[in-house]
Amino acid sequence: MPARGRDSVNRMSTESAVRIASVSPDLLGTYGDRGNAEVLRQRLRWRGRRAEIVTVTGTVPTGCDIYVLGGGEDSAQVLAAQRAARPPGLRGAVERGAVVLAVCAGLQILGERFAGPDGTDHAGLGLLDVTTTRRARRAVGEVVATPLVPELAGAPLTGFENHGGATRLGRAARPLARVESGVGNGSTQGSGRGTEGVVAGRVVGTYLHGPVLARNPALADLLLEWAVGEPLPPLRVPAVEQLRERRLRARRRRRLIRPAP
Amino acid sequence: MALALDPGLLAELTTARRVALVSGTNGKSTTTAMLAAAFAVRSRPAWNRTGANMVDGALAALLDHPDADSAVLEIDEGYLPGVVAQTRPAFVVLLNMSRDQLDRVGEVASVVRRIRAALLESPGTTVIANAGDPLVVAAAQAAEHRIWIAPPRTWRHDGVTCLLCGGHIDPVATTWGCTDCALREPAPTWTVTEDGHLTGPDGYRRTLGLRLPGTANLVNASFAVAAATAYGVAPDRAVDAVTGLDEIAGRYRSFRRADGETRLLLAKNPAGWAETLAVIEASEGAVVIAVNAREADGRDPSWLWDVPFERLRGRRVTASGDRAADVAVRLAYAEVDHEVEADPVAAARRLGVRVDVAADYTAFLGLRARLARTATENRTCLPADGTR
Repeated sequence: MPARGRDSVNRMSTESAVRIASVSPDLLGTYGDRGNAEVLRQRLRWRGRRAEIVTVTGTVPTGCDIYVLGGGEDSAQVLAAQRAARPPGLRGAVERGAVVLAVCAGLQILGERFAGPDGTDHAGLGLLDVTTTRRARRAVGEVVATPLVPELAGAPLTGFENHGGATRLGRAARPLARVESGVGNGSTQGSGRGTEGVVAGRVVGTYLHGPVLARNPALADLLLEWAVGEPLPPLRVPAVEQLRERRLRARRRRRLIRPAP
Repeated sequence: MALALDPGLLAELTTARRVALVSGTNGKSTTTAMLAAAFAVRSRPAWNRTGANMVDGALAALLDHPDADSAVLEIDEGYLPGVVAQTRPAFVVLLNMSRDQLDRVGEVASVVRRIRAALLESPGTTVIANAGDPLVVAAAQAAEHRIWIAPPRTWRHDGVTCLLCGGHIDPVATTWGCTDCALREPAPTWTVTEDGHLTGPDGYRRTLGLRLPGTANLVNASFAVAAATAYGVAPDRAVDAVTGLDEIAGRYRSFRRADGETRLLLAKNPAGWAETLAVIEASEGAVVIAVNAREADGRDPSWLWDVPFERLRGRRVTASGDRAADVAVRLAYAEVDHEVEADPVAAARRLGVRVDVAADYTAFLGLRARLARTATENRTCLPADGTR
């Protein structure tokens, strides 16, 4: 476990806790993504800062600093979208400057529109300029992607995708990363093609599970720095470095064995 | 696969036999073994004792026992609808429904819908089903005859969206119900408590003194007793049959080593882990967590983050298996001190006297084979308590 500096321990008494909202884990808890909230909380605590997870299973409160949404099944996704749309909801929080990480089904419901069960079209929250339709075949497997966000340069994203969505990015949305292997956004049009995830302001969407923040500590720390408004000291978790090395190496090995057609 | 060659074979092999199918996410193999033991009170059942629960495994069990007059078949939930259609079973035991190997089988809800549709088309089938699991109830309601089992507590996490209407299932203090439609917890025929007190029809009462550990096995035993009773076995004789089992195809089995013993536990998803953690907590040994996440396990071990490993703080723990690094990260964030050793046999040897190894499916199979081989070589192939 990482060591805590004396300075950072003293800090605990003076600062208010960073509040991390785990949004509808009862509906969007299918793929272990609640781990993202846990990773954020621990990476603050290990730096001597106070942090708490607020589990939200109804109307979304506006008073939190970071909101985390995960993946879920189709029918649960529609209900989660309805919940999150109840005012003031997630929109109110984003307007106040809150940070949002939305994974898979979470990413889809933050967009303008998404395809629900049986392909029916549903209104999203409109927080991301993306539209999701259904793919012919589910995208399932390991993903490696090169970040397009400058703060994440040099730290390839690694994760596991499992989704039936093709997400097209509009003009107001930037892709999070360029896909090296895997599918990612999986749209055949525009900037949804060959890219993974989306960034707009302090709202980040991704298709990566793992959970994504357990596998990609640089992304976790970027979200945390946005939330606390200042750079955070480096934090080494050796187990995480070993996991990243293993996942990235496994991917490279597979590509050598099975070259892309 | 034989079924691909002759789609009528499964139907042909089961027409003259009373068939019970056992399905669900967790507890299939144990309940199948228990039910086969209870069926054996009054018949000679064919059953797939190897845990091969796809169609070819069921066919092999039937072909291997041409003289059997009944069949108890563990069936993977994805294959259950097709097998129900072919075998027209007398009984279907539905234990629980939660996510398992999402990348391979597909989403839980679609599986449950297909099971429901198959039961609608199979009049005459009696379902023995979990009253505490909304997804199971949504599927089992479709059967013509229903026997409901109330377990002491259930894994309800994935049942929160109503499968029938898309509404929300509210878990209230004692029973659950949908906020939008009529789906709610049915009145149980059989009830079992954490202490193993079993109650059944006509005022039947009995305490289950199982040799297998854990609450999950009390629930599994209740399903087996209920199904065997429906088949015509006296409840007391069914209880006696299931309480005699002390291992299920290597699960819960302790293997002696030169310097101690290793107990083998199977845990392949969060629901299974909830019970496995309870079994581990009841002992004091060291713990090896072995996760391979190979094709048969599901390639994505993200579910590790839904298991409350925090409960292992203070224990000696080793992260192991092909995906030891994933386990290690989960344990680090849970603040559980641990070592990393990819080989679970080496990990257990290093940890000392008494070790519980909890493994996912392929890790479990590998361990069972290696430990059994070593135990045979040492001529100490006996269960830990010295009995057979």
